[in-house]
Amino acid sequence: MKVTLSIKRFDPEKDEKPYRKEYTIDVEPTFRILDCLDKVKWDIDGGLAYRRSCSHGICGSDAMMINGKNMLACQVLVQDFKKKYIKIDPLPSLPIIKDLIVDMDGFFAKYEVVKPYLISKTQPPVKERYQSQEDRALIDEAVNCILCGACSASCPSLWSNDAYLGPAAMLKAYRFVFDSRDDAQAERLDVVDTPDGLWRCHTIFNCVEVCPKEINITWHLSQLKKKCAMREL
Amino acid sequence: MIHKHDLIIVGAGLAGLRAAVETSQYADVGVISKLFPTRSHSGAAQGGIAAALGNEEHDKVEWHVFDSVKGSDYLGDQDAIEMMCGEAPDAIYELEHLGVPFSRTKEGKIAQRQFGGHTKEVIDENGNSKRIPVLRACYSADRTGHVILHTLYEQCVKRNVRFYAEYFILSLIIDDGVCKGLTAFNLRDGEIHTFHAKAVMFGTGGYGRAYRVTSNAYANSGDGVAIAFRAGIPLEDMEFVQFHPTGLYPLGILVTEGARGEGGYLVNNDGDRFMKNYAPTVMELAPRDMVTRSIQTEINEGRGINGGDFVNLDLTHLGAAKLKERLPEITGFAKTYAGIDPVKQPIPILPTAHYSMGGIPTDLYGHVLADEKGTIVKGFYAAGECACVSVHGANRLGTNSLLDAVVHGRRTGKTLVKYLREAEFSPLPDDAEKKDREMFANLYGTSSGENADKIRLRLKEEMTNKCGVFRNEKDLNSMLDTIHELEHKFKNVHLSCKGKVFNTELMEIIELGNLLEFSDAIVTGALARQECRGAHWRTDHPKRDDVNWLKHTIAFKTEKGIELKYKPVVINKYQPQERKY
Ligand SMILES: Cc1cc2nc3c(=O)[nH]c(=O)nc-3n(C[C@H](O)[C@H](O)[C@H](O)COP(=O)(O)OP(=O)(O)OC[C@H]3O[C@@H](n4cnc5c(N)ncnc54)[C@H](O)[C@@H]3O)c2cc1C
Ligand code: SF4
Ligand code: FES
Repeated sequence: MKVTLSIKRFDPEKDEKPYRKEYTIDVEPTFRILDCLDKVKWDIDGGLAYRRSCSHGICGSDAMMINGKNMLACQVLVQDFKKKYIKIDPLPSLPIIKDLIVDMDGFFAKYEVVKPYLISKTQPPVKERYQSQEDRALIDEAVNCILCGACSASCPSLWSNDAYLGPAAMLKAYRFVFDSRDDAQAERLDVVDTPDGLWRCHTIFNCVEVCPKEINITWHLSQLKKKCAMREL
Repeated sequence: MIHKHDLIIVGAGLAGLRAAVETSQYADVGVISKLFPTRSHSGAAQGGIAAALGNEEHDKVEWHVFDSVKGSDYLGDQDAIEMMCGEAPDAIYELEHLGVPFSRTKEGKIAQRQFGGHTKEVIDENGNSKRIPVLRACYSADRTGHVILHTLYEQCVKRNVRFYAEYFILSLIIDDGVCKGLTAFNLRDGEIHTFHAKAVMFGTGGYGRAYRVTSNAYANSGDGVAIAFRAGIPLEDMEFVQFHPTGLYPLGILVTEGARGEGGYLVNNDGDRFMKNYAPTVMELAPRDMVTRSIQTEINEGRGINGGDFVNLDLTHLGAAKLKERLPEITGFAKTYAGIDPVKQPIPILPTAHYSMGGIPTDLYGHVLADEKGTIVKGFYAAGECACVSVHGANRLGTNSLLDAVVHGRRTGKTLVKYLREAEFSPLPDDAEKKDREMFANLYGTSSGENADKIRLRLKEEMTNKCGVFRNEKDLNSMLDTIHELEHKFKNVHLSCKGKVFNTELMEIIELGNLLEFSDAIVTGALARQECRGAHWRTDHPKRDDVNWLKHTIAFKTEKGIELKYKPVVINKYQPQERKY
């Protein structure tokens, strides 16, 4: 079958600004959008640039906007779309480096701000630290994040204020604040309990809608908000 | 531009990051990765990481050693296996201390599950000892690799490790038998950089991408292995490539062993559970290599579904509830990628290239070896899937490879800390980047020529058909001819995109050169090895031959082509036996 991709292109060495270009290719209905991009790259234009690696939704390389929604190109198939005209854009609101490749430095800088690592102030035992199944369950969803950036790039609060930490970074804060083994709750809450942290989340739920790992990010942020409110008492 | 670090680690998977965590407190470390670190393929590992912790039931390091030796079809070096299994518990506890969110037992310990080939010894009612499955694989749901990868990266952030993300390495600088650094290009701007170091460690991962059907990521193009080979380092046991029985048709995305563990059936076009003809007692739960060969035989003899090259994995009799509880991830994969609901329809599967047992030869401490006699290359280290210690021999057991990456990343890190205390920078040769710049200039200068994708497709297609699950002399010879023909074509390959920023076409061409480089070693080794052992199956030499072939292949790149030498296997406690399950 035939499908037409309308891809946003931008080559910083040639173009003043991004433009759209259409490519009509022969595909199988079971092709991933990533396979379609490969087909364009390999058969038509070798210069088309996008990131990819695992090809099955675990490495987080290929988040992009497909028909207006952020998703992983390797996690959707041609047959998932009714119309065979598919629009592909880089993740919105991030600086474009080339074609579908965006600059994620800012995204990762925010990730680093929340101290994304276990801080334990006690000497570890000879064997493992114990953690109950109930405590482990608190971070079940949060540890699934693949840092693809789809959520943060879909957040209107972030679009309008670049200083906002954004959902992915705060989900990471949650992952450690609610890890029973961590001893740096207060330090981390200080980072997120700010106007450009938790309180800029207006529960718009865009992030939840796009997360390819189906993490209920907003719920996690609400738990963090509760924690912050509690400590004010 | 020249960068200087005490230690350059290439690769940010489990092996590279574990070594970075170990060394960064004591030395100035730079980590280079062509992918952003958390995108490394270690993150795709689902099942678990082996260690005889005995958290769920009694287990012993000794049993883990025996299982690994037997699983390796006796080609694994027993000193290396003893050391790996012995260090496994501590290595896992450390991961937990670093923050890995393992699943937990009721008491709050690290949870463990069963995995193929991992057993315990029990005495049956007649007083005979027998081996049955043991709970040894430490896991975090079905995302074990993902959580370990992220935790190690987090610890590197904590330690302020310097990352060169999206830098692609091109060549090693080895001068007078001493490794002094390497060259790489920055994908962001296409510039070539020189990295000057007292030591270089490779943790560059596997080479499954030489095959059309594979569970491996795009990035698994064996770059490190090929770059070392080109720099005069030999490669060990390259012919041993593991094919997993159940890759989702047609792409080869992994469908975990657990699907059969939970009771899934393998069915051919006649609706037959064909495993009854190959392994009547254990059926679908026969060892990986055996199930793979059975599936491939059905396909080759025309009993694939509708005559096609796949059979069905039927889970429909397990019911919706069990699938949801036990196999959520693969239920999701089947829906997403095959458009199939495993509750109602069988899943189309085929064998998929999965793991590289061979690689850069190292000793037990991560030193890279220059020959079959064990001469150390000063300043060059390797660990993880790109290395061959050898702990996996002819066939690795599931969950032993994450362990390999972590244990050897850690131990190599410790070796490096000692080495770096004494080591000095050796002067770089003049213009270390010359060859790479010439290669770039050649590619950028092409206005026409061979199409890289055609070369790549043909290589992968033919490797799958001729150097895959079943091999024979005729096919392997023909494969060698193909490789030589493609190498010739590759010399005239055309780079159509002349940009510098994220020229991923250029990157793919360099990767293709690497695929061709090491595929030659795989096929040459496979052609010479006239026996069946583990994952290497020769239909024209259908038996294991311990008299002539209980030895490691060491392949050298010479002017005249690849030259093969051999070295003995280290056998301590366990004499080779027939591998029956
Ligand atoms: C689908 C799947 C499931 C698996 N499940 C399990 C399991 O359950 N248990 C288990 O034990 N094993 C499993 N394995 C195997 C295991 O995941 C790997 O063997 C292991 O993760 C390899 O780790 P590594 O650190 O050696 O390499 P990788 O994680 O592959 O990392 C390689 C690194 O090298 C870098 N690199 C490569 N080339 C270059 C270059 N030219 N320039 C710069 N950087 C470069 C990459 O960017 C990357 O950072 C699985 C494998 C697959 C494919
Ligand atoms: S929370 Fe979801 S969408 Fe956001 S970065 Fe993580 S995986 Fe991606
Ligand atoms: S390529 Fe890894 S998530 Fe899509």
